[in-house]
Amino acid sequence: MAKRIETIGLSCFYGNTKAVDDVSLVIEPKSVTAFIGPSGCGKSTFLRSLNRMHEVIPNASIQGKVLLDDEDIYGPGIDAAAVRRTIGMVFQKPNPFPTMSIFDNVAAGLKLNGVRKKSELDDAVERSLRGANLWEEVKDRLGKSGSGLSGGQQQRLCIARAIAVEPQVLLMDEPCSALDPISTLAIEDLIAQLKDRFTIVIVTHNMQQAARVSDVTAFFTLQGPGQPGHLVEVDATQKIFTNPTQKRTEDYITGRFG
Amino acid sequence: MSSATTVLRNQGIRQASLPVWAPAATTVGAVLVTLLLFATTGFQGDADFLVVAVVISVLAVSGLSWVVEGRRRAIDRIATNLALVCLMLTLIPLGFVVGYVIKRGHTAFGWSFLTHDLSTTGPLQAGGGVGHAILGTLEQVLIASIFSVPIGIMVAIYITEYGGRRLTTAVRFLVDVMTGIPSIVAGLFVLSFWIFVLHQGFSGFAGALALAIIELPIIVRTSEEMIKLVPASLREASYALGIPKWRTTLRVVLPTASTGITTGVMLAIARVIGETAPVLLVVGSSNYFHNNPFQGSQASIGAYIFQNATSPSNFSVQRAWAAALTLILIVLVLYVAARLLTRRNNLARR
Amino acid sequence: MAIIASTPDSASLRTTRSGGRGDAVFRGLAVSAGLLVFVLLGAIAVFLVVKAIPSLHHDKTSFWTTKTWAPNAGSETFGIAALLFGTVLTAAVAMAMAVPVGIGVAIYITQYAPRRLATFLGYVTDLLAAVPSVVYGLWGLYFLLPHLIGVQLFLSKYFGWIPLFANPNNQASIFSKSIFGAALVLAIMVLPIVAAVSREVLRQVDPAQKEAALALGATRWEMIRTSVLPPSRAGIVSAAMLGLGRALGETIAVALVIGVSFKISPHILVPGGNTIAANIANSFGDADSLGRSALIASGLVLFVVTLAVNLVARYVILRSGTEERSAL
Repeated sequence: MAKRIETIGLSCFYGNTKAVDDVSLVIEPKSVTAFIGPSGCGKSTFLRSLNRMHEVIPNASIQGKVLLDDEDIYGPGIDAAAVRRTIGMVFQKPNPFPTMSIFDNVAAGLKLNGVRKKSELDDAVERSLRGANLWEEVKDRLGKSGSGLSGGQQQRLCIARAIAVEPQVLLMDEPCSALDPISTLAIEDLIAQLKDRFTIVIVTHNMQQAARVSDVTAFFTLQGPGQPGHLVEVDATQKIFTNPTQKRTEDYITGRFG
Repeated sequence: MSSATTVLRNQGIRQASLPVWAPAATTVGAVLVTLLLFATTGFQGDADFLVVAVVISVLAVSGLSWVVEGRRRAIDRIATNLALVCLMLTLIPLGFVVGYVIKRGHTAFGWSFLTHDLSTTGPLQAGGGVGHAILGTLEQVLIASIFSVPIGIMVAIYITEYGGRRLTTAVRFLVDVMTGIPSIVAGLFVLSFWIFVLHQGFSGFAGALALAIIELPIIVRTSEEMIKLVPASLREASYALGIPKWRTTLRVVLPTASTGITTGVMLAIARVIGETAPVLLVVGSSNYFHNNPFQGSQASIGAYIFQNATSPSNFSVQRAWAAALTLILIVLVLYVAARLLTRRNNLARR
Repeated sequence: MAIIASTPDSASLRTTRSGGRGDAVFRGLAVSAGLLVFVLLGAIAVFLVVKAIPSLHHDKTSFWTTKTWAPNAGSETFGIAALLFGTVLTAAVAMAMAVPVGIGVAIYITQYAPRRLATFLGYVTDLLAAVPSVVYGLWGLYFLLPHLIGVQLFLSKYFGWIPLFANPNNQASIFSKSIFGAALVLAIMVLPIVAAVSREVLRQVDPAQKEAALALGATRWEMIRTSVLPPSRAGIVSAAMLGLGRALGETIAVALVIGVSFKISPHILVPGGNTIAANIANSFGDADSLGRSALIASGLVLFVVTLAVNLVARYVILRSGTEERSAL
């Protein structure tokens, strides 16, 4: 039951400075969309405005609309915390809660949302860890701290934690950039499995990763030096990487800049 | 899939919430209810009114929120309100203290108060001043700082630049121990050592010794912190130029840390200027301007306040308040100056 | 033929690099400063113990159990029992009031207040710490105590069934100095210490943790509860202990505000009570040689207690790995 996201004229601001300008795109359910582009062009800012994490930064704001299956998540009467549960996020550097065990980490979101019964928690934790391809590796040490795991395992723990609260969409902000190549591969395999259940959006610096993992790719770049970032082209991944429409896209893909 | 997680999966993002004007309206309602309560029952008093109104208001908003918005958001509101209450509970006493000191101290306060002593004014007369006490305290603090500042900075340099691991840890530990010495115990030490064993008698200098014991560890800790903030690359650049270590410390490290160290010194002085307990024990007291800190009892602001505060004479009590106002002003000036200095300190910016 | 270039004499190399005599002198100064700390602390300990011994010899076991304090020639009975009890009780009541509020303020300033307001509020709460204790004592005596009578009566009337607030003989109705008043003044003095250290600890929480909690759909309080407070637990405990150390040793404010009596009674609302520090300040003027020795002995006990508390606090901070900053 993964949902569709559509942005209409979305611009992101830090105070009075515009960081992302007027982006309109559609993210289809149960697909993987990759955002690519040079550093600092606003991909992460745009991503964070899709689940209302952007406004957590003081003085940050947006203009425009973000529709989750026809409901504007910035509309009146919408609970930001509920939005963040429905549209989950995995961050660049793995950030499991250091004072909690592996089990408690995965259960954290569930407990916050009112799931109390031990049997339900046990079930949900196991399902999430299996869903994150981590169960076999940690099933015998669920009570131990999450910080004892390797980087790749910690990131999968964070993914398990995120999917435990049954989101519709999963946003991933450069999830592999802090990991070694083997862990990166493991995460990429995981993404391929998860897309059956969730809509996935992934920001990545690594073009090859985008090509491997995504169905649709969106290319962002700055309008000019000192200018906000914007969307240049969005299309099926195959097309973007073999026959892009825009010249700037082609320049980036072929390595002429960025 | 269990029922709880299915519920979660199907949960939407809409959420009923209290309209923005609701908390304000509820507060007004609570005040009205409290007014009614106070009019009809035996409760009275402004402070009581405030407390009851606040409690009713918080309970009402929380209750409303619980019903309309649900448990989680209601608890969030309660937490926000409690945090605000704690803030008020901190600011209000400060306001009361400063306000009351000003209220009771300003009548006797003034230039003549600051410049006269009590040599011609008896306890039952008005007038007189705190000048001799100010002079005494300034002399005592100055002498204390002459001891503690250079030694303190030197100890900080030792810990940060020279220590072998074991000795450094030991010294840091001992400095920690020194920060914990209650000021009265420092006074007791000077009493037993300087006055009884060495038979030196009460003097401003004895007080300075006790103050130095209190001041020293503060200076060591703050200087150590500031010296540690000097980047290693600065020292390395100096060594690479062939400059010896001692010169590097004096000419490169200390100047870079100087703003922070000065701030630390000012704060330490602000702290010991108000120290009364040790001074009471070893400095004695006096009603006269007494310039020689090395011999004979001297007045000090803290002792002045303490002795005049408990006097049965209204005039003495008034003088105590004016002295308290003076003391607060001095400490305030030092504090503000230290803060302004921190602003200009590049190292402290985090 | 000098194929192998002659290396400079190693001694002279060292001299050039290390500045020779200058370095040696400076190093000597630094080391002596460090040693001075040893000597000073040792001297303090030795002298206090030496001066305390006459009184301890005089009254070996009953020092700990006697309640009255009358060491001067004539009665020569004295003991620390009531004083120690009073010191601990006053400090405990003060901490019960100051610690929750201190943590609450720290949470408000670090988690709720916008950045500029937070800096300003930080300065203001630090100002509370700058007010000298004698001023607090004066204010407590003339402003707080009279205003407290109403509260004391209220508490003893409606909560008198709790032994702490009991009011036997209806004593709380007279204008009086009590442990409750002293504890309240102490609480206001200790509050900024707890708040300042807690603030430092809370500020050091990794923002990535906070984001992780928010991304799971947590409300602000839930985020604080899940990702800010748990890693800060050790630091907050040590903040409380540092405050406790201050409360135990505070002399002047308590001396001005507490009624002097030497009994062990848990009723904090009734007049009376005394602490070790206040007793020293109040009694030393009339003390003869034995009396002074007894006061010094009591001071030693106080020193050891505050030392233990401070050491536990520093140890807890050390174990938790939080950086410790003095309130600069």
